[in-house]
Amino acid sequence: MANRNNIWANLDWLTIFLYTLLVFLGWINIYAAVYNEEHSSILDMSQRYGKQLIWIIAAFVIAAALVIIDSRAYVSFAYLLYGLVIILLIGVLLFGQEIKGSKSWFQIGGFAIQPAEFAKFTTALALAKFCSSYNFKLSQWKSISVIGMIILLPVMLIFLQNDTGSALVFVVFALVLYREGLPGIFLFFGVLMAVVFILTLVLSSAETIIILAIVSLVVHYFLRQQPVEIIKAISICLLTFGIVWFIDHSFSLDSNLNRLLFYASVPAAILFAAYSYRKGLNHSLIIIGIYITLVIMTFSVDYVFNEVMEPHQKSRIEELLGIKSDPLGVGYNVNQSKIAIGSGGFAGKGFLNGTQTKFNFVPEQSTDFIFCTVGEEWGFLGSATIILLFVGLLIRLIFMAERQRSVFTRVYGYSVASILFFHFAINIGMTVGLGPVIGIPLPFFSYGGSSLWSFTILLFIFLRLDSSRIEKLSY
Amino acid sequence: MDKFAKRKYILGSVFILIAFTFIVRLFFLQVIDSSYKRYATRNVLRRIINYPARGLIYDRNGNLLVHNKAAYDLLAIPREVLPFDTLQFCSLVQIDKQDLIEGLKKAKNYSSYKESVIVKQISPEAYAVLQEKLFKYPGFFVQPRTLREYPRKIAAHMLGYVGEVNQTAIDKDPYYTQGDYIGITGLERTYEKELRGTKGVNFYLVDVHNRRKGAYHEGKSDTVAILGKNLISTIDGDLQYYAERLMQNKRGAVVAIEPSTGEILCYFSGPAYDPNLLVGRERSKNYELLLADTLKPLTNRAIASAYSPGSTFKPMNALIALQEGSITPETSVSCSGKASSPIRCTHDHQSPISMIGAIRESCNPYFWNTFRSVINKYPKAEEGYAHWRQHILSFGVGKLLGNEFFGQSSGNIPEPSYYNRYFGKNRWNALTVRSLAIGQGEVILTPLQMANMVSVIANRGFYIEPHLVRAVSEKGGLQENLVFERRNSTVSPEHFDDVIEGMQQVVELTGLRYTAYVDSLQICGKTGTIQNPHGSDHSAFIAFAPKVNPKIAVAVYVEFGVWGARHAAPIASLMIEKYLNDSIASPGRKALEQKLFDTNLLNPYQPK
Repeated sequence: MANRNNIWANLDWLTIFLYTLLVFLGWINIYAAVYNEEHSSILDMSQRYGKQLIWIIAAFVIAAALVIIDSRAYVSFAYLLYGLVIILLIGVLLFGQEIKGSKSWFQIGGFAIQPAEFAKFTTALALAKFCSSYNFKLSQWKSISVIGMIILLPVMLIFLQNDTGSALVFVVFALVLYREGLPGIFLFFGVLMAVVFILTLVLSSAETIIILAIVSLVVHYFLRQQPVEIIKAISICLLTFGIVWFIDHSFSLDSNLNRLLFYASVPAAILFAAYSYRKGLNHSLIIIGIYITLVIMTFSVDYVFNEVMEPHQKSRIEELLGIKSDPLGVGYNVNQSKIAIGSGGFAGKGFLNGTQTKFNFVPEQSTDFIFCTVGEEWGFLGSATIILLFVGLLIRLIFMAERQRSVFTRVYGYSVASILFFHFAINIGMTVGLGPVIGIPLPFFSYGGSSLWSFTILLFIFLRLDSSRIEKLSY
Repeated sequence: MDKFAKRKYILGSVFILIAFTFIVRLFFLQVIDSSYKRYATRNVLRRIINYPARGLIYDRNGNLLVHNKAAYDLLAIPREVLPFDTLQFCSLVQIDKQDLIEGLKKAKNYSSYKESVIVKQISPEAYAVLQEKLFKYPGFFVQPRTLREYPRKIAAHMLGYVGEVNQTAIDKDPYYTQGDYIGITGLERTYEKELRGTKGVNFYLVDVHNRRKGAYHEGKSDTVAILGKNLISTIDGDLQYYAERLMQNKRGAVVAIEPSTGEILCYFSGPAYDPNLLVGRERSKNYELLLADTLKPLTNRAIASAYSPGSTFKPMNALIALQEGSITPETSVSCSGKASSPIRCTHDHQSPISMIGAIRESCNPYFWNTFRSVINKYPKAEEGYAHWRQHILSFGVGKLLGNEFFGQSSGNIPEPSYYNRYFGKNRWNALTVRSLAIGQGEVILTPLQMANMVSVIANRGFYIEPHLVRAVSEKGGLQENLVFERRNSTVSPEHFDDVIEGMQQVVELTGLRYTAYVDSLQICGKTGTIQNPHGSDHSAFIAFAPKVNPKIAVAVYVEFGVWGARHAAPIASLMIEKYLNDSIASPGRKALEQKLFDTNLLNPYQPK
């Protein structure tokens, strides 16, 4: 008994308080979002708010159960759980139920289970276990490739289910790895790729290449402070450009600016790389390497965008980047969401008084667009408070992860913080019109049993691990 | 210890930075930018198409033939429709519950956020009731439309009808969208572009209670509807009405033309129908009924049916022979009555007979002889026939007339090659095609062409393209008079007077003096009786009056009318009398008129 009391006492009650507060606020906002006069009781089980209450109570039971389990079990069974969920992910591809175009649900009786939700915490456990293993070093290719496999296996399976939103969540493990020592250049390069992707779509390939060339030269100048080298680089560029143009013309090929730039900039960069190598200029080599990769990427963007992406994904991105505007079509959700949030004003319209909410202007309002209700009924004060609560929880999780002595718990803790962060950033970014429309829920807030339970499991495993941080010094 | 521990600050900063971005964004959305509050109160953008009133059609005296009445379409935007009392709603707009449910389902399948028509053409009375209750049904709204109304119920074939545009027309002209109206036949079709005007679009903001909250974007994206233009037709409404009464319960056509201008005064096809039948919600039901009617009321016999002209063809044959110099007015031919060969004469008259007498008595042998001498004037029959045909075509027959007549038949005056194919080259001559001499055989004319042919005779050698519309007028009085071409016949003017003399004698010196002669009107005419293997013979009559400066030329064709003198001639003469004198004077003529009103020729087998 004493031991058990000890566990409860060691739990991080601040986190539990934040969790409970968010779940409660989520519940009353679901009530507001689907409120109708005929079923005005928040306990009405025929309505979503009634059902959500059942799921909340169940989530508390799950949380308590997770706390009771010996923390060592999570470490021991990390790979087993991971393997089980992988089997479930394969199983759902074969026997799953297709709902709204993605084949990611198991239908068992009246319940629908989405294995992808559970893949988040099992992958986090497996990652934590591998990172805490004795001879793990992120600088070794062997370790990196194993980690890559651990993360990519569920991602691929979830992609195959056509559930792009859930698959994208796994990108966030990059942050965890960064904390564990992944070179910053990977993250930097990732961000750079995203920037190039957007630039290419908004501008054109040719303009993007020119911008990249200029930026590379500027960076090079700041690193080397040698204007002569810049002049040489530019001359090599112009020379190869001229030669390619001449060849194109003399063979009267159908030359457009994009092609010319592509064929000219790559040889120019290679020539310059050879020059830098002879002179032993390592910084320049990296810049050129990145430059060539990005130029090639620029040309693959159009292909990826037109051939690989689904039409609805394309139009969502085009809408976000302002390439096309269709307020009654693709842009409808986001536009209505912005109207609902914007109309809330500073203090909001008051609980159950949101007109946009009440008249169902925003589709998916109790699930992915639940933040609209907060924005409309509670105004800037309410929505900023929710954001602060989330960021408070996230910072608290980082703090908790950092106080661990075991690598396992730290990696897992960062995974929890990162996954919650990703959902928070993408979901709210979408509702306020800063990010693309990706249908993933707002943790603890959105209507739905699967997502509430999976976030609860994710969080409470960490709370359980954290509570025994003192007794176990190492794994 | 952990050399990467400092990275917690970077990660923490990323979290805080994103959260900070959101808070700034929210501050702009919710506190600084007030436009979203305005959008929220008038959230729904609604597009109302302004259908301009279709142009009106007047008769030549400025009386209305077609005008517009208001009707209202009920539209719905499915995603804005909230659950409602369907029973009450159905009784309000007077439709079946099943139709409503199906309509909404169809609308939803089409688009859940675009408007679809649920109920078409609600009457102004029903709309008055509906309007007050409509606020209870969010997602529903009403769009005014106009429907055609025909106050005099005449000239259905001339006016034609409008209906909903089909996919073919939408593909051809991007002006149209689903649910638009378009002229399908008659003047509604020919003058569609003038009559329809230009649609306008208004964008309104509507709040959640379905209340209009002013124009979107200060009306900058709106376009103004432009009214359709009015047509001034050449029809004389009274004469048209009179023709319709004379022709009631008869099959056939009456076309009257003012020879000096080519303006069509009367344009009737029988049996006709009330044009109001093809309007509004009952349109498709009535259309099916009319289409199934064995009397074919939808067929416009005035232009779409081509008939053998019979003896009405004879004056033209006389004119051609005069022009070709094959005969003079004095040329006489002997006639052996029923014993004549190769065409027997069906009339009893003196012999030999000159041209004027031959026209008066409709002597077949005389016209056979003149026809033969025209053809044989040339070394080859084919060549002679080609000349004859050129003359015939110059009277505006055997080819399409004007460009206002939708569904017009060109009639038929065969080309020489037709006979070459049929009999073999050089294997035919005047004798082979002798029936052309008396307007039988291969030649067929539409009633419009017959009327045009009379116009040429009345004008002594020319016609103006016959037409139904004399001017197009815009609101504000600007009127554009249409110009039509004059075409001369190949027969010179000096030949006409003798033939016309013969035609006057037809009316004044034969049995027609009892049924077609009117004092001082100098009616000139020619009967035609067309053999018909399917029942009683058809009755035709062409006429014009007065002899000098003719004001009206008429062609009357009565199917199963037994013979020309029996029905067609009195109808034509009454038309002329009515048009020139404004009324029927003598009691005898009144009785004749009444008798014709009452005659029913719908049974093809009439006692002789």
